[in-house]
Amino acid sequence: MADDAGGGRREYSIIVPTYNERLNVALIVYLIFKHLPDVNFEIIIVDDGSPDGTQDIVKQLQQVYGENRVLLRARLRKLGLGTAYLHGLKHASGDFVVIMDADLSHHPKYLPSFIRKQKETGADVVTGTRYVQNGGVHGWNLMRKLTSRGANVLAQTLLQPGASDLTGSFRLYKRNVLEDLISSCVSKGYVFQMEMIVRATRKGYHIEEVPITFVDRVFGTSKLGGSEIVEYLKGLVYLLLTT
Amino acid sequence: MKHIFKIIAMLVAVSAIWIALLETATVPRSYTWLLPIYLVVALGCYGLFMVGFGLMFFPTCPQEAVLLQQDILEAKEFLSKKGVDVGSE
Repeated sequence: MADDAGGGRREYSIIVPTYNERLNVALIVYLIFKHLPDVNFEIIIVDDGSPDGTQDIVKQLQQVYGENRVLLRARLRKLGLGTAYLHGLKHASGDFVVIMDADLSHHPKYLPSFIRKQKETGADVVTGTRYVQNGGVHGWNLMRKLTSRGANVLAQTLLQPGASDLTGSFRLYKRNVLEDLISSCVSKGYVFQMEMIVRATRKGYHIEEVPITFVDRVFGTSKLGGSEIVEYLKGLVYLLLTT
Repeated sequence: MKHIFKIIAMLVAVSAIWIALLETATVPRSYTWLLPIYLVVALGCYGLFMVGFGLMFFPTCPQEAVLLQQDILEAKEFLSKKGVDVGSE
């Protein structure tokens, strides 16, 4: 129904930051269109000057799906995640904004449940959680699971953050809520995701959760080393002191 | 209120109760002196239990990896028909 709409406002804007996601960006765009057949949405790809030709693929996708459904909003070089969302947001016309990773760890098949949950509850933020029934993670070794659980217990006990999955970034926001949250968050990396949800709780926004599964296709364990743990602890202390 | 103040307030309240117990000596003082150690041990046990429990029942989804591979194949087939270059990573 929305496919032939010639531009104008959309109901949902899906912001996908990319860096060297040539193949994945094509797959995710296909899967989003497959799972949201009757939804008035746009996909905003914020590409940070990928050298692998991600932007060429996005232009090919625009030929298939239309330039008014798949928007390419590139930046010249790799900048922070928060500014990528802000950059995407500037070009978003939707009342609701979905943020998801391009690496397919966030599967677009969960988008309908985010939308349904928001409609049912009128929530300001709907956040995907891996740590409940019907949710889950694939591709983590024992060490990765242990650190994840430890970090989660620590944060739940000390911060009372109001959400069960703090570092996940598959979320749906009301547009003005996202604008407000981004402008008050300063952290980097995945501490940024934690700061967003903790600040949302403190500001009294209505947060709902939906189960998601997370398939980690980067099978290296290098993603979570000692420096990440230190960053996490610093982020925790920062949030304890400022929220 | 900043969250750290909530935690500090709770610690102050617990310390106040502890000092009151020490001063009034309703329970023998030798017991009261050990209470903070019990508290720390209890907190540690809680933490370990929660982490252990979380690990034991860590939700996993091996079937999702299989489904994702199918989705990827399907997407590649559709996109290459439409002329999108999905041949190389």
